[in-house]
Amino acid sequence: MSSSPLTALFGYFALLSLFAVGGANAAIPEMHRVAVDVMHWMNDRQFADMFAISQVSPGPNVIIVALIGYHVAGLAGAAVAITAMCGPTCTLAFFIARTWDRFKEARWRMAIQAGIVPLSLGLIAASAFVLARAADHNIYAVLITAATAAVTFFTRINPLWLFAVAGILGLSGWL
Amino acid sequence: MSDSAARPPINPSLAELFHAFSLVSISGFGGALPWARRMIVEQKRWMSTEEFNEAFALSQFLPGPNVINFSVVFGSRIAGPVGAVVALVGLLGPPLVIVTLLAILYERFGGVEVLSRILAGITAAATGLLIAVVAKMAAPIFLSRWNSAPVFAILAFAGVALMHWPLPYVFLGLAPFSIAFAWFKR
Repeated sequence: MSSSPLTALFGYFALLSLFAVGGANAAIPEMHRVAVDVMHWMNDRQFADMFAISQVSPGPNVIIVALIGYHVAGLAGAAVAITAMCGPTCTLAFFIARTWDRFKEARWRMAIQAGIVPLSLGLIAASAFVLARAADHNIYAVLITAATAAVTFFTRINPLWLFAVAGILGLSGWL
Repeated sequence: MSDSAARPPINPSLAELFHAFSLVSISGFGGALPWARRMIVEQKRWMSTEEFNEAFALSQFLPGPNVINFSVVFGSRIAGPVGAVVALVGLLGPPLVIVTLLAILYERFGGVEVLSRILAGITAAATGLLIAVVAKMAAPIFLSRWNSAPVFAILAFAGVALMHWPLPYVFLGLAPFSIAFAWFKR
């Protein structure tokens, strides 16, 4: 099946896109499972690095799939990965947008949405868990994680400032 | 209602559409959606708040990144399939160019000690950011009176994070029950 890395990238991200309820952040554990554990495209630290790069880059978080694709198969890999991750859901969005008025008030539509929210929450929590295992190797890293969580929860500070401080702390060699 | 009736119909050209979404894409650190709202509702006035909320509800209903879905929904409303593609390319194009350059740099210098230290710090902080997102999402779900939602959140977490089961299996195994409970709760 995975005779070509491009085929593997396309098939995998196209499938993943349909289950990414709650956006790219909810899909992180599945990307990690496949890229690190199943396909051995990269190690834990490289995956965490790519997540960090996608966070400090402007734009939607989903661009992490372009980083993974590039790592696996260069420019073609990046293009295939992002196309596969966005193509199916965008096509769906285009067609459902035309019929939305017919069922936006329907009870089944609201039940689906209400039923999926807790799953998104569980998946995003799983993302935090997977990343904490990759990132928090010592007490200083754990402290950075805890401090960032607290500051973000209680204030509306731009996350870029937190990334800058954390990057400098990392540079200083404590992590 | 009077708000949208009084507003003159403004139909952006394809160039304006592309420009607006590419501006949103490069200002959107940590989620592009607030920027999309600011641009489309407040600055350009292409949509009223209610219209935006409705298009956003649809984007949330669909799988995949909300803001990507939103660009397709909004673009198609302005100019059909062409509008959808223009808005999507505007939203994804500039970040893709930037991230591809970063990918090239990372593949060349990723092993350099200094860079990996900086990235380790950023990953630790980005993890904290996610934890805060989880806490904000969890509060209304876990603090409301008896309901089944926390059980499904915990099962989804356990299946993916602890058992390492594939996401499609976990989702297909839990979604029918979670949706059924939401259906009967009303």
